[in-house]
Amino acid sequence: MPTITRRKLLASAALAPVVGSLAAGEPGSPHRGATISPREKLRELHFPNVPLTTHTGKQVHFYDDLLKDKIVTINFMYTSCTDTCPLTTAHLVKVQKLLGDRVGRDIFMYSLTIDPKHDSPAVLKSFAEKFHTGPGWLFLTGKDEDLELLRVKLGFIDPDPEVDKDRANHIGTVEYGNEPLMLWGACPGLAHPEWIAKEISWVIQAG
Amino acid sequence: MYYNVFGEKVSRARWKEMENAAKNRRELIAAGFNRRDLFKMGLLTSAGYLVAKRGLSARWGSLVPEMQAASPLVKPFVQAMPIMPVKSEENNLNPAPTVAPNTAGGEARTRNHQALTLFPPQKFYKLTALAKQVSVSPSLPAQTLWTYDGFSPGPTFVSTYGQPILVRNFNQLPPPSQNGGFGLPSTTRHLHNGHTPSESDGFPCDFFSSQNASSLYWYDQHYPMQYAGILSTHPGTGDINEALSTLWYHDHRVGFTAQNTYKGLVGYHLFFNQSDTGDETTGFHLPSFPQYDIPMVFADKNFDSNGMLAFDMFALDGLLGDTFEVNGVVQPFLQVQPRRYRFRWLNIGPSRFFQLFMTNAQDQSTLPFWALANDGNLLPKPVQVSSVTIGVAERYDVIVDFTNFAGQTFYIENRLVQNNGLGPDDPPVLAAPGQGNLLLKVIVSGNKNVQDNSVDPSTITMPRFYSLPDTTPTPAVTRTFKFDRLNGMFSINGQFMDCDVVRFTVTRDTAEHWVLGNLSGNWQHPIHIHLEEHQILSRNRMPPPDFEMSRKDVTRLHQNERIELFFRFRDWTGRYPLHCHNTVHEDHAMMLRWEIQPSPQGDTNRTP
Repeated sequence: MPTITRRKLLASAALAPVVGSLAAGEPGSPHRGATISPREKLRELHFPNVPLTTHTGKQVHFYDDLLKDKIVTINFMYTSCTDTCPLTTAHLVKVQKLLGDRVGRDIFMYSLTIDPKHDSPAVLKSFAEKFHTGPGWLFLTGKDEDLELLRVKLGFIDPDPEVDKDRANHIGTVEYGNEPLMLWGACPGLAHPEWIAKEISWVIQAG
Repeated sequence: MYYNVFGEKVSRARWKEMENAAKNRRELIAAGFNRRDLFKMGLLTSAGYLVAKRGLSARWGSLVPEMQAASPLVKPFVQAMPIMPVKSEENNLNPAPTVAPNTAGGEARTRNHQALTLFPPQKFYKLTALAKQVSVSPSLPAQTLWTYDGFSPGPTFVSTYGQPILVRNFNQLPPPSQNGGFGLPSTTRHLHNGHTPSESDGFPCDFFSSQNASSLYWYDQHYPMQYAGILSTHPGTGDINEALSTLWYHDHRVGFTAQNTYKGLVGYHLFFNQSDTGDETTGFHLPSFPQYDIPMVFADKNFDSNGMLAFDMFALDGLLGDTFEVNGVVQPFLQVQPRRYRFRWLNIGPSRFFQLFMTNAQDQSTLPFWALANDGNLLPKPVQVSSVTIGVAERYDVIVDFTNFAGQTFYIENRLVQNNGLGPDDPPVLAAPGQGNLLLKVIVSGNKNVQDNSVDPSTITMPRFYSLPDTTPTPAVTRTFKFDRLNGMFSINGQFMDCDVVRFTVTRDTAEHWVLGNLSGNWQHPIHIHLEEHQILSRNRMPPPDFEMSRKDVTRLHQNERIELFFRFRDWTGRYPLHCHNTVHEDHAMMLRWEIQPSPQGDTNRTP
């Protein structure tokens, strides 16, 4: 059973202020406090700067080292996954080839494990080697709670808590984005590699 | 053994997921929104009055705590509802439109016009997508939105059957560095439910860049303004019973439709003819446009703590807003006369389903009204209803009779509770009258001396408008489409959108049956199919309700449902999409490309 039932959520809804009901309160001033730039706001909401370890053993921070000023792809995986993960990874290998030498220069690919207890840097390294991934593509592990935070913040979630518990539901999506332009999209990892590469190109040229 | 709605064996995990969804629904019903529970939850006082400053949160279900941060409170009903201006025509276009794409002149079109010579345009328009600073509420700072010609919603096109038109679309959207976030400045404008040749349809993959980014930055769309059947079943005239009334246009950029339409790229396009004239003294005697025939665009939005429009690009299951706009402004008011009105209602999403009621502000009673058209298609006769449910992209034309309500006030109210991108619960949970989302305040003038030459719907007892086209022709093929959630994305028959993959080809001028099946547990999907209107033959093998005995272009696919549709594919050839119109689902791959070609190029792929 989910820890928070819908019933509890419903009850808590009664306490939330609402915009748009007969009973809506007085409007607040929209100009209160210092304004934050949209880029800063996006970072605050979605890109926690948690520490991670790459498959080569390097310590990095998610926002500062991996996202800032870059075009990236992000997906979740785990090495013991037998079905969707290897297929998505195989597709991304083709995507990396299609994007050519831009990967590692201005496009970076990140595969984050959803199973950090098992997926140590060494395990990720051998996984990467098995797939012959090229430079510019990092496999990342870290603390369980940090990776869980990233999963939720990046939207690799399901609104049904029971479905959300099954990690197999989170490993088929590839997000792609242009951090400085604040432009993000997502596509299925099981789409044709040519199509995935095309989608990524939209936020590179951006228009 | 476990089985789904198709009677197919499913895994235990999948069955458990379906069962769980059902359990959650039962739990919600158990938690229910009946009077007593509302009272217990503090939403109603013992006398039945509303509790001040409380109500149903529009987005209490988010899994991410920060995303529950509500938009700044906005003072409602302080500004008049804008009416979109009617689009004015050009004397001519320079360079003149050509059958082949004018690539040298900057046109981004890739395919020849198939009907330009046959139906030469009599009216010409220019429409420009551009960024503009607008006000959505006196409580919020000015917003830079994406507009058509500086308006969001864009200007209302008004066209007449038999008078072909050509619209030259320009893309002058700013580069992404100036966007302040979401939105891809690359567009393709779809005329939603137009019987339009493929190259002018606004196919999602026919996108083109902004003038800032490319030498190809404009695109001509030709609308023949003919009834379906003009080149096939009803040569020379087309089938009058395929007449369309309320259409809308919107950006359809593959992968970015949710962001781009949310940023403002939507508008209305109305079609009139000798029966639906826009003049209440002629034809069907429907309330006159534009005084008494009023298009309304409903949307739910979020604003950040700076009061700026916010779009969560990481909400991959769907996006609900907590602030409600009508015609581009937050909770406006509309002044009307005590007489009959034709309201045209459109839900532009991105993900919310509305169930709209007319709530009397004095006593919270519900005013019945008349459903006149479903998805812009006149019903054979008006149907009296207490509410209409309207998924993303669906339209209802309604007749509301304010004759006996001089001096009173009403709200157009959404009472349908929805908590996430899944869709509303099944069966739907409704808020108590006055406790839903109040979208528009309608103030009826006290002046009782008002002329009304429009027909009284209560006097129409026999079918008077268009007849429903025959659905008895034998289908050339019955195709099945299963909509499912797959690995965090959305699939049709286990596959994802790819512009370069043609999933099946229909033989032009044939009829088919399409079965839409929803396997995705608790998810609901408003399914839209381009080119011709379909009719619902059955929902879970039962006939649809009377207000769905109509021609439609968006059909709501509820939880674990099987719907059978009747289709014809007449007159034109080329590529069209089938997709979910929850724009977040659509952008996350719940779409496919299909084609129409003359015989013998069609196929009979039953599960494409």
